[in-house]
Amino acid sequence: MMPTLNDYLVLSAILFAIGTAGVFVRRNLITILLSIEIMLNAVNLSFVAFGRSLGTADGQIIVFFVMTVAAAEAAVGLAIVIGMFRHRESLNPDTFTSLKW
Amino acid sequence: MTLFYLFGAVAVIASLLVIAQRNPIYSVLLLIASFGALSGLYVLLQAPFVAVTQIIVYAGAIMVLFLFVVMLLNAPHEETEHDEKIHPLRRPGPMRFGAVLAAVLLVELLWALTRAGSEGTAFPGADVISVRAIGKALFTDYAFPFEVTSLLIIVAMVGAVVLAKRDTRRGGAPAPPTP
Repeated sequence: MMPTLNDYLVLSAILFAIGTAGVFVRRNLITILLSIEIMLNAVNLSFVAFGRSLGTADGQIIVFFVMTVAAAEAAVGLAIVIGMFRHRESLNPDTFTSLKW
Repeated sequence: MTLFYLFGAVAVIASLLVIAQRNPIYSVLLLIASFGALSGLYVLLQAPFVAVTQIIVYAGAIMVLFLFVVMLLNAPHEETEHDEKIHPLRRPGPMRFGAVLAAVLLVELLWALTRAGSEGTAFPGADVISVRAIGKALFTDYAFPFEVTSLLIIVAMVGAVVLAKRDTRRGGAPAPPTP
């Protein structure tokens, strides 16, 4: 018995929920960024599964674009994290309460 | 089916451990394991291009960037004044609320997925979509988004350099003297 489209979508939903839980629960900027990567990968999995189900290459091409956006987001996000760490010596988002100092 | 369950279990467990870890370095390494399992799932879905890109770009480039920043900041542990001893997943208050919110999201997604009928649609016996087909589509139908992607990368690169640059005018360390 082969796994169906639904199996992949359920797995994708579980991974997406794990990523959401990480964003909500953790108080560490780097772990929050990692959780965002988990969510992006969950979406990628559903894209590839849909593409396989429809028999086209479009799903994989969208995954390519999502990976590019993820790379850009990681670079800019980590640069912001470095800048914030220089100012506050902390990675806890609760310490960043003001926009300007 | 066995491989699907194996890779899926590895991905889910590794992702859960990513959230549960207190040390970000272990989180990054576990996330690489999760990406490896996802790459196996892509092979099962007959998408070899995505599987290889997942390993090379995600595990090879993005995660190394994360690891680099974790080691650069040298602040491995979550530092809060009062709940240093409590495990991050067991803290009270808004975090528990966030966990409940995530659980509600999971239940909602699963409900939406199983509502249409638990049978599911089997995949058609299509061929493997080759890298040649993907490249052809990328440079004909998707040529404009592809070029915009390169612009996005440039903007992100310049932005990252500008944001992470040490501000020498005020507050920052003075520039080292040139010999």
